[in-house]
Amino acid sequence: MATTKMKTDEKSGVQSPISYLRDHRGATGNNKLIVWIVLIVGFALSFAIPQFNIVNGYIQTIIMYVGINIILTASLNIVNGYMGEFSLGHAGFMAIGAYVASLLTLHVFPSSSSFFFFPLAVIAGGLGAALVSLIVAIPSFKTRGDYLALITLAFTYIVKSVIENIAAIGGPRGIVGIDKLTTLPWVFFWAVLSVWIMRNFVYSNFGRGVLSLREDEVASRLMSVNTQQVKFLAFALSSFFAGVAGALFAHLLQYINPNIFDISKSVDVLLMVYLGGIGSIGGSILGATIYTVLLEVLRPLGMFRMVLMPLLLVFLMIYRPRGIMGLRELRWLVPGQELKIVKRWRRKKVVNDANSAS
Amino acid sequence: MYVIQQLINILQLGSIYGLIALGYTMVYGIMRLINFAHGDLFMVAGFLSFILAAYFKFPFLPTLLICMVVVAMMGVLIERLAYKPLRKAPRVSVVITALGIGLFLENFVLLFYPYPQNVPTLIPRITWNIGGATISYLQVLIIGLALFLMLTLDLIVNHTMVGMAMRAISWNRVVVGLMGVPVDRVISITFALGTGLGAVAGVMYSQAFSVIDPYMGIVIGWQAFICAVIGGIGNIRGAILGAYILAAAQILVVMVMPSTYRDVVTFTLLLVFLAFRPYGILGKPAVEKV
Amino acid sequence: MKKTLAILLVTMLTITSVALVGCKSSAALTIPIGLNAELTGGLPVVGASCKNAALMAVKEVNDAGGLTVGGKQYQIKLFVEDNGYKADQSVAVQQKLITQDNVVAIVGPNASVMAVPASEIAESSKVLMISPWSTNPNTTIDSKTGQPKKYVFRACFIDTFQASVDAKFAMNKLGAKRVAILYDLGNDAFVGQSTFFKNTFTQLGGTITDVETYTTGDKDFSAQFTKIKASNPDLIFLPSMYNEAPVQIKQAHALGIKVPFLGTDGWSSQDLITLGGKDVEGCFFSAHYAPDIATPIAQKFIADYKTAYGAVPDDVAALCYDSFGLLFQALKTAGKVDRQAVRDALATIPNYQGVTGTMQFKEGSGDPIKSAVMLQIKNGKFVYYSTAQP
Repeated sequence: MATTKMKTDEKSGVQSPISYLRDHRGATGNNKLIVWIVLIVGFALSFAIPQFNIVNGYIQTIIMYVGINIILTASLNIVNGYMGEFSLGHAGFMAIGAYVASLLTLHVFPSSSSFFFFPLAVIAGGLGAALVSLIVAIPSFKTRGDYLALITLAFTYIVKSVIENIAAIGGPRGIVGIDKLTTLPWVFFWAVLSVWIMRNFVYSNFGRGVLSLREDEVASRLMSVNTQQVKFLAFALSSFFAGVAGALFAHLLQYINPNIFDISKSVDVLLMVYLGGIGSIGGSILGATIYTVLLEVLRPLGMFRMVLMPLLLVFLMIYRPRGIMGLRELRWLVPGQELKIVKRWRRKKVVNDANSAS
Repeated sequence: MYVIQQLINILQLGSIYGLIALGYTMVYGIMRLINFAHGDLFMVAGFLSFILAAYFKFPFLPTLLICMVVVAMMGVLIERLAYKPLRKAPRVSVVITALGIGLFLENFVLLFYPYPQNVPTLIPRITWNIGGATISYLQVLIIGLALFLMLTLDLIVNHTMVGMAMRAISWNRVVVGLMGVPVDRVISITFALGTGLGAVAGVMYSQAFSVIDPYMGIVIGWQAFICAVIGGIGNIRGAILGAYILAAAQILVVMVMPSTYRDVVTFTLLLVFLAFRPYGILGKPAVEKV
Repeated sequence: MKKTLAILLVTMLTITSVALVGCKSSAALTIPIGLNAELTGGLPVVGASCKNAALMAVKEVNDAGGLTVGGKQYQIKLFVEDNGYKADQSVAVQQKLITQDNVVAIVGPNASVMAVPASEIAESSKVLMISPWSTNPNTTIDSKTGQPKKYVFRACFIDTFQASVDAKFAMNKLGAKRVAILYDLGNDAFVGQSTFFKNTFTQLGGTITDVETYTTGDKDFSAQFTKIKASNPDLIFLPSMYNEAPVQIKQAHALGIKVPFLGTDGWSSQDLITLGGKDVEGCFFSAHYAPDIATPIAQKFIADYKTAYGAVPDDVAALCYDSFGLLFQALKTAGKVDRQAVRDALATIPNYQGVTGTMQFKEGSGDPIKSAVMLQIKNGKFVYYSTAQP
């Protein structure tokens, strides 16, 4: 029972915005309004920045990289963090998304209106990656852990090798001349969309299934969780967004090449996931941002940069093995229901502890 | 003749893969950790052998022994500093740490040696002719040394007290510790052995291919990991088997098809194989307690 | 306690770095030039050579009092950035140089995977870019229009020219009628070179007996060479890097292959000889410049480089040095430190005597008109053999 205090200004009877927000907090202590405000401001900024050149082109590109990395990291977190698997295949899915989308915008869609077809191409890229992910999902039914790591590793190699062998899509030379369709507003839009969808997935029934799979697969099956369906869905969702990120990436770089999507790219995303924290979407956002920004900020160190970064990562792992925000979540991303339950549980725990203490 | 030649090639490649795969499998067997820094330690051994041979002019045997010892000590050091604090953490954190250490080693060596180096030949270049195929003294040495070391390792693990301790720890670390086994020491010995073998592979590889660069451990590392998994990770004989199988697959594919398809076919075969036998050839399905 | 310490450490580190970034030295009059090089990642050698040559070129000019442009003396300020051998970092670095450091022109990247996306940025931002070493034709061609890009130039010849030179050499000078090829599927420069070679050679009436591939990083070529040996060629065309070729040739010899090898500009580093020893003796390859018939300009460059870095400069270093030379000349001709003016001046350089030979640019193409040389490895040295004119 939240008590509300009206703090009205004596003189004019107008309430200050902050107290208004405080008053209209839901029972969970969260305020949906803040989220909406942040989103709208963010969206507006994403248009304003390129238009008025508030920051230079370099920083704009970095912001776009951050956005793309957020999508990549959050999507890998679904499989690696929430489901507890060890997938090294993200680069392969990214590659599929990138190639499908680029081929569509280059050859299929009329170039004059490619702006309108861009979201279609991106979605197509995501769908392509999701379809292929089913191939990876099937072996995952039988194996877990390190064997899955191997399967996804093999998958990445295979994708790269297959692309290199198909001369029609450029082979090792890659595809040049992709339109620069990725802009800051698009990246913002897709990043927000993917975070929203993934967060909804995680807190849905399927999401619970994913979590239970991580803890104990056999027990979840006994508890009537359809593990096959959950695995399929988790992989499909994760790779869909990897494909989306790949498509955005391709249309930002304007050039793709199988070498870009090799195992070290998978490792990069992996590092971001573990940096930010497994099982936490807020952590993914944090991890992606820190990794991308740190990589740029440390440039003055020259070659020491690449010596320092891994060391920092190792230190972080030793002191915070689950990542910065491991298994914890940003308030605003957790749905109201969840917070209510947590509050009730906490209250009960306090009562129980008090009882057992007395 | 052609076939014999390819057979010799398979034996040589497989021997090198095997030495590295053994390191992966040993560490995994005990700690359930895929030590991704292993490939980079292999690279460090190569560079160390280069430094010893080029600057200090050591002959072959001292170089090999010193590299083995030094890199083994490095392996133990890394284990103590980076992996030990994470023994209670989720397994994947350790893997990330291993990746981080690997990256660190690569870039650290890069600072000193951005240019690839030529390793002086320490082994006389004698070749023999067997029915049209050529085999060199170096190849014989590699194959022989690898087999000898593998057998020795098998002996150690299966017929000594230390080996028994290692096997026991792979079943249940906590209880074994309670039984009076010095767990930390045994783990260090395991790392030392595994890394030492990888070091031998590094030295022999540098002799065979004579050009070393800081990134040479990456590809080989992943491939050796695959060998270990094919054979059943945690299983020493499996790692050896897996190594020769992968080498054979890679070379046979190139024999029969255009070499551009090598990676695709090899990996697809791997996937198919794992789909039917996910625990590797000699691996046992892990029993999951409900 | 430990946690706070760690956080404090990281924050301090980051702040120091950012401070370093923000720190801009105040100089009298400077011309900012950017260098986008592969310092870390898969090809650090190229980056290292390029950086060395760049630093040397800039130091030479600055020590002599600076560059005189339009009557004023300017010091050159070089911004060296690492693209880590990754395409997305190459783009970020290019952006940084253009929009944050406000450079007047950019030299690099060298490898095509880096150069192509960077060239898109240069073109759309209308900033001059010279790639010292990228031989991939795509770097200077706008793939949409098929027309050459306006702002992207290179200091070297392109692969179509190089491969045809090699093919003609193989057929005419070496008398080879049957050639086998081994190339790296993962490196598009070599893919291009082998494709163009194959086309030209077959057009000249020769036969390609076998084509084998490998992927970057492979060290074992026994399977491929066994197949090549079985196909019985007169010559093996081996467009690979100078650190791969010695390994490959040694393995081929170990398998009993006795035919000669023909290489391309990837071979041209002294390390090829150091790493290859006797095995590479007698082989030919196409290159950008010949150190032994060096012109006085080239000899001075080689001597200076040796003094500064203790090694004979490779192709990349020579081309990078020439890129800067071209840039300085263009600046002087332009008469002002302006991106468009510099570009226009470069596009019409009639005659530039560089370390790597004479170069001429014509409006409408970013590729210089220059010749290639055939070098032979004789007595452990690169020896000039012949020149091929365009």
